[in-house]
Amino acid sequence: MNTAAKAGIVIAAFMLLVAILSPLLAPWDKVQRQDLNARLDRPTMDHLMGRDQLGRDVLARIIYGSRISMLVGISVVAISSILGLALGAFSGYRGGWPDKLVSGFVFNVFLSFPGILLAIAMVAFLGPSIRNLIVALSAIGWVSYARLMRAQVLKVRELDFITAARALGASDFRIMTRHLLPNSIQPLIVQASLGMAGAILAEAGLSFLGLGVPEPIPSWGKMIDDSREFWFTAPHLFIFPGIMIALAVLSFNFIGDGLREKLDPKQRAR
Amino acid sequence: MLGPFLAVARRLLFVLPVLWAVVTLVFLLIHIVPGDPARELAGENASQQQYEAVRADLGLDKPLLTQYLNYWKGLFRGDWGQNPVTKQKVLSRISSRYPATIELALAALFFAIVISIPLGVTAATHKGTLIDSLSTLVALLGISLPSFALGPMLILIFSVQLGLTPVSGYREAASIILPAITLGAALSAILTRIVRSSVLEELGEDYVRTARAKGLPERQVIYKHVLKNGMIPVITIVGLQFGVLLAGAIITERVFSWPGIGSLLVDSISERDYKLTQGCILAIAATYVLVNTATDLVYRFFDPRIKLR
Repeated sequence: MNTAAKAGIVIAAFMLLVAILSPLLAPWDKVQRQDLNARLDRPTMDHLMGRDQLGRDVLARIIYGSRISMLVGISVVAISSILGLALGAFSGYRGGWPDKLVSGFVFNVFLSFPGILLAIAMVAFLGPSIRNLIVALSAIGWVSYARLMRAQVLKVRELDFITAARALGASDFRIMTRHLLPNSIQPLIVQASLGMAGAILAEAGLSFLGLGVPEPIPSWGKMIDDSREFWFTAPHLFIFPGIMIALAVLSFNFIGDGLREKLDPKQRAR
Repeated sequence: MLGPFLAVARRLLFVLPVLWAVVTLVFLLIHIVPGDPARELAGENASQQQYEAVRADLGLDKPLLTQYLNYWKGLFRGDWGQNPVTKQKVLSRISSRYPATIELALAALFFAIVISIPLGVTAATHKGTLIDSLSTLVALLGISLPSFALGPMLILIFSVQLGLTPVSGYREAASIILPAITLGAALSAILTRIVRSSVLEELGEDYVRTARAKGLPERQVIYKHVLKNGMIPVITIVGLQFGVLLAGAIITERVFSWPGIGSLLVDSISERDYKLTQGCILAIAATYVLVNTATDLVYRFFDPRIKLR
């Protein structure tokens, strides 16, 4: 693993830890406590990231926000990878018309227009909530896993050990879960890491547009949007959430790139 | 001689099912609204008559299949629906806002190309050095930094502190600079990496050795020979990414209060103007599909290696 990927792992692990411990680090009443006398206060020793437009502690809201980012990121990766794996494996393994329909038509439709637009459309009509956000982002996320899985299955399907397993009478389901999946898992891990970065960025973007988590839950993207009137008088209100989003996205991208390089010797040579 | 025409025809034929699916998905959107969208829109206190009127306005009073056929008919007739209150036509609102978005996307594209080619070439010719690592770092930052954090930062530095550019708006010509940089940053990062790897690949080719053996200065080898061939993948990505810029503009427009289709879309969502939301999404998605197809066709014509197939 290269240095960047190692740094990515450290940052991502730290963020996950903060997200898990957030109820202790930033209890809900601290996240919500307003102090209108201390509106827009710059960072001080007591409030390391300052206070927002309602006098709430920015650090506490950032910590709580990490929970939303990680929750959405992990859920989207989990749902879309399972969905993608199942459909990709089925399509590649079965071949024939189901494969033509999935890989020839469904994939193309999903790849034919920008994912974020579809996510915006879905949340716009479903209504903003964490659940709908996860549904929308999973609905656009599964395609890349499915394509990857299908390609892997097509590659592995004809290998001798699969033929051997089939000759021994193994069922399709057993071959898929016991043989195809373990042999295709590596590129999927790379994709999951990049997918995590994408989901965190998309969550922040949708929340910035007012299509993410509803009031009063803090999310990094929404914190930037909420402080829009104060960007230039109190820049800490957009700088800290912005740095957090960039760090989270960067670290998962680093991990993904590092893993890909490690798994693919051809890339390393370049 | 018929070959290329057949290829074009096949490619165009392939777009039709995709466009059909896009329209169908957009049509279905209103049916994923939880509960009754007409009730939602008319409000709690609406009379039965008002409710019926809203329902008819949305076309929800007819069977699903009829609604679907009417939707298609409307699209072809240029009747994309209207605002239930103001009666403003969806299509005219979209067409009055779309040019600003196209303008912004083109400016962002221009910015990305101007930045990424010299950066990518320098990174490739200085492979493994500090310059190379720096350009990779800048590229990664460009991808990871969200536009809604980069945008305010640029405004803070260039408009508020230095007073060089307008904070937001559309009136002055200079207004486009910061939105274009914000929107183009991610693309310039992606392009830099592609230019770099593409140039690196070409540098290993025989013709480069020949050109060098002829005694051509390195500058000429790079800019006259290598870049020409190395640009083919770059052109493809530029075409494919133009649609991504249109989608990215939704966020950038909100940052800078840019009066394009993106901010129209966001406004339509908060006003729950369903027809307008559907129209905006359809317009962006259709442009995306068509630009991608056009890129693909142009690419086929310009690269002889592809035309032969």
